[in-house]
Amino acid sequence: MLEVADLECVRGDRRLISELSFTLSPGELLHLHGHNGSGKTTLMRAICGLIRPTAGKVFWNGEDSRKLGEDFSRDLIFVGHKDGIKADLNGVENLRVACALDGVSIDEKQAWDALERLGLRGHEDLPTRVLSQGQKRRVSLARLLVHRAPLWILDEPFTALDKAAVDYLQTVIKNHVEKGGMVILTTHQEVSLTRGHKKQLRLGWKGEGDV
Amino acid sequence: MFEAFLTIVRRDLILAIRRRSDIFSTLFFFVIVVSLFPLGIGPELNTLRLIAPGVVWVAALLASMLALERLFSADHDDGTLEQMLLAPQPLFILVLGKVTAHWLVTGVPLVLIAPLLGIQYDLSTQALQMLLVTLLLGTPALSLIGAIGAALTIGVRGGGVLVSLLVLPLYIPVLIFGAGAVEADVSGLGAQGHLSLLGAILILALLLAPLATSAALRVSAE
Repeated sequence: MLEVADLECVRGDRRLISELSFTLSPGELLHLHGHNGSGKTTLMRAICGLIRPTAGKVFWNGEDSRKLGEDFSRDLIFVGHKDGIKADLNGVENLRVACALDGVSIDEKQAWDALERLGLRGHEDLPTRVLSQGQKRRVSLARLLVHRAPLWILDEPFTALDKAAVDYLQTVIKNHVEKGGMVILTTHQEVSLTRGHKKQLRLGWKGEGDV
Repeated sequence: MFEAFLTIVRRDLILAIRRRSDIFSTLFFFVIVVSLFPLGIGPELNTLRLIAPGVVWVAALLASMLALERLFSADHDDGTLEQMLLAPQPLFILVLGKVTAHWLVTGVPLVLIAPLLGIQYDLSTQALQMLLVTLLLGTPALSLIGAIGAALTIGVRGGGVLVSLLVLPLYIPVLIFGAGAVEADVSGLGAQGHLSLLGAILILALLLAPLATSAALRVSAE
């Protein structure tokens, strides 16, 4: 279970988030709303631990996520604005390196399979430099298919994806939540769930979150 | 943990091989700087022999610094640094992997070509050997210390100049003992003391620099 308690984040001299608290239990999806610059990305990065919040804490299964350190990052996948892939490596290499760093070892075949399922058949062994923006995104998202981390934090995961890929990713997210995973995401797409619980959080000028 | 270290080293080596121009630009910079001095100073062998260790070492400092800029900035730009920060591995292990790959790509070629360049300065075999040994001990320390500066300046505009201002002062001890060992050896004083100190600097850098670099990366990534 993820618990955010009285979180406050300041970027520059603006207080983007203040006194924000919410919990996320297994099988729940949290959809973050808010206009540009309302602090969605900041909140996600603060939960991951990439940004140190000015006040408040993030608890993972009842323990402070900062103290947990690596034990927390093991249970977490973050997909940010940047794809996090190397332009000179091909899709398979990128995926295998990313997984090795996450402590998940996958063989060549699993990597090919994951990329194929994301619609990259025939492009697996090209350097990602020559792929389109949407294809790079798919390589980056392939981690979600081979990983077993319960908490997914996805910052605009649908950007640059075509309709088929959006539909597929929605299914992947849906399945993850239904299997008891947790997802936090920002997107302008509607994600429908058949089972599991969906929460909405709106970030606004006041910086107050209402769940 | 060791797995993650090897993954990073292997990844960076593959990247370096696919982008060979980066390796060669550092190496050619080193070769050209070292070769300019005999041309500028003239064929006075005694003078050349005297300045050779210093010139080679200063050129090695500058060349290793030239390569520093790319150490973390590429990872920062494509988002892989973010993923490294979030990986369930001790960050200093990953940093150590990056520095090791960086040294293999930019440091080792310098070490290997230095004796060849030393011939231009009419250095004796003994001096060339000592030059090789000092560079072998010193260049990893340069990469380790330089990584701190590179980590502090990611995402900063004009980071290259800033890196040199941050890192060059820290390089001074390595330069003094590196060049000093060759001179001491040639003059018959024995280079034992210099080499021991150079080794001590390397061990200290090996222990402390990855931790400092990790802390700097976390700050810079915010």
